[in-house]
Amino acid sequence: MNIEIEELAKEFGTTRALHPVSLSIPSGALVALLGPSGSGKTTLLRILGGLEFPTSGRVLFGGQDATGLSVQERRAGFVFQSYALFKHMTVFENIAYGLRARKRRERPAEAEVGRRVNKLLDLIQLPDIGTRYPNQLSGGQRQRVALARALAIEPRMLLLDEPFGALDAKVRKELRQGLREIHDRTGLTTVFVTHDQEEAMELADLVVVMSMGRIEQVGKPDEIRAKPATDFVRDFTAA
Amino acid sequence: MSDIVLSRPVPVTTEPPLIRSLLIGLALTFVALFLFAPLVTVFVEALKQGWAGALDALRMPDAQAAIRMTLTIAAIAVPINAIFGIAAAWAITKFDFRGKAFLITLIDLPFAVSPVVAGLMLVLLFGANSTLGGWLIANDMPIVFAFPGIIMATLFVTFPFVARELIPVMIEQGRAEEEAALTLGASGWRTFFTVTLPNIRWALLYGVLLCNARAMGEFGAVAVVSGKIRGETATMPTMVEMFYNEYLAVAAFTLAAVLAMLALLTLLLKSLLEWRHADLLAATRRH
Ligand SMILES: Nc1ncnc2c1ncn2[C@@H]1O[C@H](COP(=O)(O)OP(=O)(O)OP(=O)(O)O)[C@@H](O)[C@H]1O
Ligand SMILES: [Mg+2]
Repeated sequence: MNIEIEELAKEFGTTRALHPVSLSIPSGALVALLGPSGSGKTTLLRILGGLEFPTSGRVLFGGQDATGLSVQERRAGFVFQSYALFKHMTVFENIAYGLRARKRRERPAEAEVGRRVNKLLDLIQLPDIGTRYPNQLSGGQRQRVALARALAIEPRMLLLDEPFGALDAKVRKELRQGLREIHDRTGLTTVFVTHDQEEAMELADLVVVMSMGRIEQVGKPDEIRAKPATDFVRDFTAA
Repeated sequence: MSDIVLSRPVPVTTEPPLIRSLLIGLALTFVALFLFAPLVTVFVEALKQGWAGALDALRMPDAQAAIRMTLTIAAIAVPINAIFGIAAAWAITKFDFRGKAFLITLIDLPFAVSPVVAGLMLVLLFGANSTLGGWLIANDMPIVFAFPGIIMATLFVTFPFVARELIPVMIEQGRAEEEAALTLGASGWRTFFTVTLPNIRWALLYGVLLCNARAMGEFGAVAVVSGKIRGETATMPTMVEMFYNEYLAVAAFTLAAVLAMLALLTLLLKSLLEWRHADLLAATRRH
């Protein structure tokens, strides 16, 4: 599903987190929001997910105005920076949460829930950890469980805030590959936030460079490398 | 090669034995002197005329009315303050609004104000000498020297306990898990019952137990507001005082012992719950 962002702005009190920004994300793309700390990446992602509401501007999902849709109605799979797994639930219960939270008419039977959770555990290549609690997992495993939990609701898009932020270099590389594979397999429009230009360039189809609440440039990785639109983009992507 | 002497490892985090036994001894003496001895005295005095004397005291209509009164107060005040406490802690930790710091200070007010003063405030506000109080009495809804006043005094005095326990825990936990539940399609209520409540349940339990102990034990505020009418508005603590002043020592101490046992029961319940759920506690505790 394609996403249109039209003149979206966000203020927190007197802080301008986002100046009016516009962006088109084609259906099925893997997009990186790249920028230094405080550039408004998380704010933009949270507005897409319905966790924050814009001061002005519109968001369209598949051509339909989604600006006023509640977070539940958005059906966006969201992976949080610190994963936000439910500590008091097992991995299985975490992944099943979204399915069990559905309205009775749309809720799958328990057997079907179990089947789907196990399928997702296979997808993230951790088939045997269903009975564990989040604090019994490594950082990389937690990240993958958070991804599976977000995928369980059959989301319309996938939004990830610094999905590899808290992990060491080797695990980051592996999980990058994992995200790419899952994206290719599900075909979901995916937006992830990062401040690591190498990660953005290597993983994304489309890179959105942000600075101080503005979008500086949008382009394919090699386009941005070859023709940086501003001094900021050149400096930031040269690092 | 073999000249490495394997000395006994000295645990670096332990104090020398002398200091250790001194500290332990000090703590135990303190506990014995100030906590255990008074408690034992209460039971000894209660049983001075044997079990029969204590049972006779408990059969006194005034004593029975006081016990019923105290249990009723706790049964009403504790759930109300649990709900208000959750609401206050929720508002303070999950939303940003103006006057938040003021609200936090306000929650602590009952701790800062002497209970007697709290009781007097209610008397001034709702007593026969105020316009509001006059109207309430004329319309047959007395608050002072009646049940509603006692409930209000208890609510005031015990308000901080639940909120105070919850606020630090909820601040520490942040909003991420709740936001995750919402993005997964859960409604606000479902999120509260399946994510928020399980995360705060231990803090909530402690808060409720403390609130309950204070609700049953409150003297000052209730003494002023209730007027200590025997068989009508007297609670266990105020009845203990009245018995004592009338030199009915066995009755006073028996009632005091029942009050103490209710408190001990609460503590026992808490330990029992902790023991039953030890594995879950360990699994969900953060590193
Ligand atoms: N809830 C909030 N209240 C007030 N200001 C906020 C809030 N959230 C974000 N901001 C401000 O908005 C600006 C953009 O923040 P945002 O979190 O979107 O940046 P970011 O690009 O994600 O940075 P980082 O890489 O550090 O996560 C910052 O100046 C931040 O201080
Ligand atoms: Mg951020």
